[in-house]
Amino acid sequence: MPFDVFDRVLRPLRSRPVTSRYPDAPPDLPAAARGLPELDPVRCDGSAACVGACPTGAISLSGSLWTLDAGACIFCGACERACPRDAIRLGRRIELAARDRADLAIGRAWRGEAVTAEIPGVAADELLAAPRLRRAIWKALSRSLHVRHLDAGSCNGCDWEIAALLNPYHDVQRLGIDFVASPRHADLLLVTGIMTRNLEAAARRTYEAMPEPRLVVAVGACAISGGVFAGSYAGRDGIADVLPVDVFVPGCPPRPEALIQGLLVAIGRLAPGLTDRAGARVETGGE
Amino acid sequence: MAEPLEARGAASVASGQASAAARNGAVEPVAPDALGPRVADTVAAGGRFVMLVGLDERSVGGDGLAVEAIAAGPDGGLIRLRAGLPLAEPSYRSISSLVPAAHWDEREAKDLLGIVPVGHPDPRRLVLHERWPRGYHPLRKDAAADVRPPDAARHLVSFEVHGEGVYQLPVGPIHAGVIEPGHFRFSAIGERVLHLDARLGFVHRGLEKLVEGHSFAGALPIVERACGVCTVTHALAYSQAVETLTGTAVPPRARWARVLVAELERLYNHVGDLGNICAGIGFQPAVSRLGWLKERLVRANDALTGHRYLTGVVAPGGLVADLDPAGLAALPETLDAIGVELASAVRSIVRSEGVMARFHGTGVVSDHVAEALGALGVAARASGLGHDLRRDRPYAAYDELDVGLVTASTGDVAARFHVRAQEAHESLRLIREAVGRLPAGPIDTPLAAVPAAGESALGAVEGPRGASWVWLRAGADATVDRLRLRSASFANWPVVAAAVPGNLVPDFPLINKSFELCYACSDR
Repeated sequence: MPFDVFDRVLRPLRSRPVTSRYPDAPPDLPAAARGLPELDPVRCDGSAACVGACPTGAISLSGSLWTLDAGACIFCGACERACPRDAIRLGRRIELAARDRADLAIGRAWRGEAVTAEIPGVAADELLAAPRLRRAIWKALSRSLHVRHLDAGSCNGCDWEIAALLNPYHDVQRLGIDFVASPRHADLLLVTGIMTRNLEAAARRTYEAMPEPRLVVAVGACAISGGVFAGSYAGRDGIADVLPVDVFVPGCPPRPEALIQGLLVAIGRLAPGLTDRAGARVETGGE
Repeated sequence: MAEPLEARGAASVASGQASAAARNGAVEPVAPDALGPRVADTVAAGGRFVMLVGLDERSVGGDGLAVEAIAAGPDGGLIRLRAGLPLAEPSYRSISSLVPAAHWDEREAKDLLGIVPVGHPDPRRLVLHERWPRGYHPLRKDAAADVRPPDAARHLVSFEVHGEGVYQLPVGPIHAGVIEPGHFRFSAIGERVLHLDARLGFVHRGLEKLVEGHSFAGALPIVERACGVCTVTHALAYSQAVETLTGTAVPPRARWARVLVAELERLYNHVGDLGNICAGIGFQPAVSRLGWLKERLVRANDALTGHRYLTGVVAPGGLVADLDPAGLAALPETLDAIGVELASAVRSIVRSEGVMARFHGTGVVSDHVAEALGALGVAARASGLGHDLRRDRPYAAYDELDVGLVTASTGDVAARFHVRAQEAHESLRLIREAVGRLPAGPIDTPLAAVPAAGESALGAVEGPRGASWVWLRAGADATVDRLRLRSASFANWPVVAAAVPGNLVPDFPLINKSFELCYACSDR
């Protein structure tokens, strides 16, 4: 089998690694990438065109405060196109994970005044570099982080991005993170979708099957707020009614780097002395 | 293999509005019990069943419900038969016993509108599962979109085979991998499957109700999120329906850019699916290679449009935004490199005897079964059926392109693998041609007119998984009154269920991945 020998052994040996260096290096985004909308408060005249244009009602304007809910934003750019004064443009910020739903709201005073609030997001020391991350996972869990994916009624966009975490470029296994088949082996539940009525019972049972401590990460606009499907008869506006969410990862869908950042934030939650959202005390193993 | 294109004559100037309206077909009122025989006659004459739409006429001046059956005649023209049904007893004689391709459409209309197909061979619930109360039909106009009905506890019946040595193997809705939810009930003897009962609908998000009342532009972000990896397909089919309703002619740059992104969508899906088929048997070297190729393709999408899965690109009237010049300039070189690597990866799979032994003869769908169940896309072409909307009913700029038809005859996993691999190369060629022929000029045009309330039109796109059809009826002031999206996955799921019996249980993941259908665009 000379072909096989070449194909399976020699060819891989000759090819170079393609893997991303994220989180040690910033995400490699093209110029066209759509990140979180940013307001130029000096240009904004309070016309509220963006409020009416937003398909998910993520933008509100009250008094002099412009607020964007990153948990509802689908990064479509309708606000940018609607603004008559070019005061909004899609920025390049995609790492938006937060531990509290309320932290996803960005407020800005629009009459050229100071920024009143900003996504607190993640403290700098929580954005762990890869070697520290592996140590943190080891300390908190005495082993690698095992993730179980749960589709609770998504369009499958988020799910394909989760699947992309396992391709040779993103390769989360290099960070000590792996996906498992059974919730009984999982430390963390990565949930996409609005939580449809048809899946609610299965979703609850999946969570109940996990050992403690267990973390829940809500992935994407649908899981956080219902996204474009908010207000549907067929499900809920996000998973938080049914599962205790530890970390929210905005996006439609969140890029793989944003998912990795969300996992890092979730692991920060498992630092010694913390509890998961459901209240279980985290017992940390020694190194 | 690619066949020479037949002369298309008059059909090649199908880009104008007049011909678009003519291709749309006129609605013909019929008696409820005549639907089945009329559709069956069309199919027997060489036509195909397209879709069935349940309607509540009360929003457009009527006083009851209606059901519209649509078939494509042998010449490709649409035959639209609509039967009015009284609200008190909305029933008609089922089409499915004559035309099996209609059987999920009829079950769905029964759940969502309470339209009863009398004599349906399998009238179980499809979309609304055991927690939905009896008599609740969300697509009726008197059901509020945002009112969630009380919980009910009903028992859903699975179709099971019983007898000595027969056991039941329930799988899902939550599966072991990173995949979407569905429940599969195998009845098996030993390792051999006797029957597969596939229950979907778990990710039903009420999309068709949510879009009602939205402006044509406002409904788009919802429609294109029917499925995260068929976004161009659905946005384009919807945009075509809106453009037909409003008599809008799309500018040339948008028509060519639509071809470009539609083929990019086919390409990244096909390349990913080739890898996923190998994942179905755990052939990891190919999974990694093709996974990296797919990542490179979605990164090229990102550079071109700002979205890895091409969401927010196509809109009624043209495009949302122009293609990024840097992404466009880099595209041909990226595609050349990917073409070489794809050919090498496929060669390495095909030369692996262990892999091909699993592919050959597994999950066979005969041309007869594929035709009867209305298989679409790769599932149809791998069984020898030469259906491809890009040739049969060209849209965007496909009327100016020579799309090679790829078919195979064996109908097994190997056939679906080969068809995908060759179509990926054909897509590479079409993208290069579209990049070369992309004209300068405007990318969109305002919608030309406001359609009269009650007017309806169709749009159809050959997506990565086959033909997706959008049926759209206008309400007052250019809003959506009713939309039905029949994706290729919806049509093909029953074909998967038919492909499995006779195979071994452990071959199911392989067979399933050889179709690689979306649950999301089936369930909506």
